[in-house]
Amino acid sequence: MPERRSKRFLAREGRELRRELLVAPHPELGLVALNGPNDPAPGLEIEDGRIVSLDGKAEADFDVIDHFIALHGIDASVVEEATALADDEIARRLVDVDVPRAELVRLSRGLTPARLARVVGLLDPVEMMFALKKLRARRRPANQAHVTNLKENPALLAADAGEAAARGFAEMETTVGVSRYAPLNAIAILVGSQTGRPGVMTQCAIEERRSLQLAIQGLTTYAETLSVYGTEPVFVDGDDTPWSKALLASAYASRGIKVRFTSGGGSEALMGHAQGFSMLYLEARCLAAIRAAGSQGVQNGSISCVALELSVPAGTKAILAENLLAAWLDLEVASGNDAIASHSPTRRTAKLMGQFLPGTDFVTSGYSIMPRHDNMFGGGNYDADDLDEWLTLQRDWQVDAGIEPMVETEALAVRERAARAIQAVFSAFGFPEIGDAEVEAATYGYDSGDLPDRDRAEDVAAGDRVLAERISGLDVARALDQAGFTDVAEAVLGMQRQRVSADYLQTSAIIDRDGTVVSAVNGRNDYRGPTTGYRLEGERWRLLQRLPHELDPRLLGDEDEGATEPIVVEAGRASASGASDEVVVAVGPAFADAIRRTINGLPHDQVLAVLVEGIRAAGARPRLVRVRRVSDVAFIGHDGARLSGSGVAIGLQSKGTAVIHRADLEPLDNLELFGMSPLYTLESYRAIGRNAAGYALGARVGPVPTTLDNFARAKLIVRTTLLHARETAAVVPRASPVELRLVADPTRARLRQ
Amino acid sequence: MDFDPGSDYPLGTNRPDLVSTAGGTPLAELTLEALRAGRLSADDIRATPETLRRQAAVSEAAGRPQLAGNLTRAAELALVPVDVILELYTAMRPHRSSGPDLEAWADRLEAEWGARLTAALVREAAGIYARRGLLADARAPV
Repeated sequence: MPERRSKRFLAREGRELRRELLVAPHPELGLVALNGPNDPAPGLEIEDGRIVSLDGKAEADFDVIDHFIALHGIDASVVEEATALADDEIARRLVDVDVPRAELVRLSRGLTPARLARVVGLLDPVEMMFALKKLRARRRPANQAHVTNLKENPALLAADAGEAAARGFAEMETTVGVSRYAPLNAIAILVGSQTGRPGVMTQCAIEERRSLQLAIQGLTTYAETLSVYGTEPVFVDGDDTPWSKALLASAYASRGIKVRFTSGGGSEALMGHAQGFSMLYLEARCLAAIRAAGSQGVQNGSISCVALELSVPAGTKAILAENLLAAWLDLEVASGNDAIASHSPTRRTAKLMGQFLPGTDFVTSGYSIMPRHDNMFGGGNYDADDLDEWLTLQRDWQVDAGIEPMVETEALAVRERAARAIQAVFSAFGFPEIGDAEVEAATYGYDSGDLPDRDRAEDVAAGDRVLAERISGLDVARALDQAGFTDVAEAVLGMQRQRVSADYLQTSAIIDRDGTVVSAVNGRNDYRGPTTGYRLEGERWRLLQRLPHELDPRLLGDEDEGATEPIVVEAGRASASGASDEVVVAVGPAFADAIRRTINGLPHDQVLAVLVEGIRAAGARPRLVRVRRVSDVAFIGHDGARLSGSGVAIGLQSKGTAVIHRADLEPLDNLELFGMSPLYTLESYRAIGRNAAGYALGARVGPVPTTLDNFARAKLIVRTTLLHARETAAVVPRASPVELRLVADPTRARLRQ
Repeated sequence: MDFDPGSDYPLGTNRPDLVSTAGGTPLAELTLEALRAGRLSADDIRATPETLRRQAAVSEAAGRPQLAGNLTRAAELALVPVDVILELYTAMRPHRSSGPDLEAWADRLEAEWGARLTAALVREAAGIYARRGLLADARAPV
């Protein structure tokens, strides 16, 4: 560190990004993203149909994960073929648009974890994204929402679930601060989600026994709490083995509950047992075990350890590689982006693009539909406040990342209806009342801070009753029906039907509004290159591009539509004058006519008045003309200068851009240019008038001080374009300039200010 | 009409005639009218072993043998009471059971519910747990 610090270095150090630590790779602790120096060389030996060596380890040394993969995770009939292929050949096939997904999935069945990690490690980020797009299991991407709040308020949970469902989330999960709340939270998001859109699947992330019980009662439809780790000590510390997890997965399925496992890079390092291996290699072991256990899918992409994986070089890339590996193994992928990845929005979004652009089965494993401080998962990488950003990114890229725009009135309506529905259900069950004030706050409020406090002891007692009395999805449907929420009752009943037909147990299943299950069986990804696969077009593209705050450009700038009071009158063809103290003010074709104010909202009559004042104040004589043949400010100014007795003129476009010009200069040259029209006040134009007069009279002139706003363009370029289009539309080719006279007296015009 | 795992999926949409609740109520009769008339029972609202086996067949036909295995075990467990399943799950966790404990579980699964595949999974675990020191008696008492 130098003795005297650079102010620029200090400024950068003060940015949010720098709260995060970056560390150099340290493979011994597992702090290496991919291609770790200690990762084993791939290898597979089979004797008499039995795997006797896996990735350099003899069977006698297998840990539980090796054993499980060897017994259930490798298809011996593909091994010979897969082993004969070079790493780079397999990598090429991953990005070869003509090698179909099914062929790559088949090949993956003959590859070991070390081989899988090594092959995807050969791809660069764009190749990974392309491969992911091709290998995603379901044709259409979707998204999952988090729905929680710090007060565990049921009306707010229902309202948020309702809005999330109406915005198109296919799944949503809640969790609890206090586990006895779980049944109430599960009911709240079930009722809320089905109010917003029938067919949304829900879960409540809690301990397995409770989770299973809620599902059996028909209050949830999926679970993704089955965690898997890449080393034996961490797996066992998690109080499980691959066999116990496989059993649990079958247990859930036996009750018609969709399950996905959870894994993710960095967890082994965090728990102190990475055994010196890279995050990607360990994740490859997890994924091989997850497929071997018969899971239809996985939530991965570092998940809660994302900030750890991002601390090492190539962390973002390795996370994308994890998602890709899962898709290659034919697993449904809920691709993370839920836990906060970084303090820096730039870094968060750069990481997101790896999943957002190719599309995954669930682009996030939990988009926080509420403000992130109400997110009880510790999530909120993207939250309620970011919705417009997300929707704009979809619109920018023409990409469907699973969230739909909503106008405010619709959002309010669905929020209120969902809150009313849960109010009715609570009332029917004799649970603690949800008051109208709660419904209102849940509808209009920002977060749980806007909700009244409830009696938490009473609420958890009600939660206990759900379990003790076995209050079921049917009971919820009945309560809704009796309270007049017939359509919501029908939707809740529809979810009970889904548990009976069990179609959503297939890979990557989601449920359409009409109750049809779409999975990687009947809706498998058929991408085979340009024009194939899922593409955002047609009605869906129109839906996603029409943001509520999108404007109709034809109506922009029409603030003065209908104003007829003339500002100036034309007084015949303008000719060159002889007066040497004259300054011409040359305005554009639409000035004070089709356009009546500048982009900064200054009325044209007032702008002209202060220009004239400024010119007079400095001792020169103003003359107003309109240039009709052209709309470019340089030529307007230059045409004016050629008419001016002094040779000096002010060119003025209708949007307010101005130039001080002189006849002897080239048209695109100038004395002073004022291109920041959104920033100009009447004082600015007065000063421009004075300066122009100064030039005309040969005085020493200091340029008009101008300010700079580098965001003005981003804010106003659309308006600029539209105003300029109007100006250009008013152009009369080859028309001569005309004299103008202000209708109103300048002093009177100023009084109206 | 016979079930075709290659084309009858989703069952709920394409073959509702093959789907019924555990108590035998056809899928088509899970309606609001039936609910109002008191004809539906919550215990009844779950997939039958037969439906789960059909879903396993769909997975197999879609080229997903492990998922098919999972769903076949699910079909076996559909008949096992949930408390028993949770007890079994606990027994399968590391350092909970001895080899004979797990063997007894496997025998019971086969004898009481004909759960052959699940029993095989339990026996396989017992063998691996023994090799990896994950049986109950392999850990020093606390």
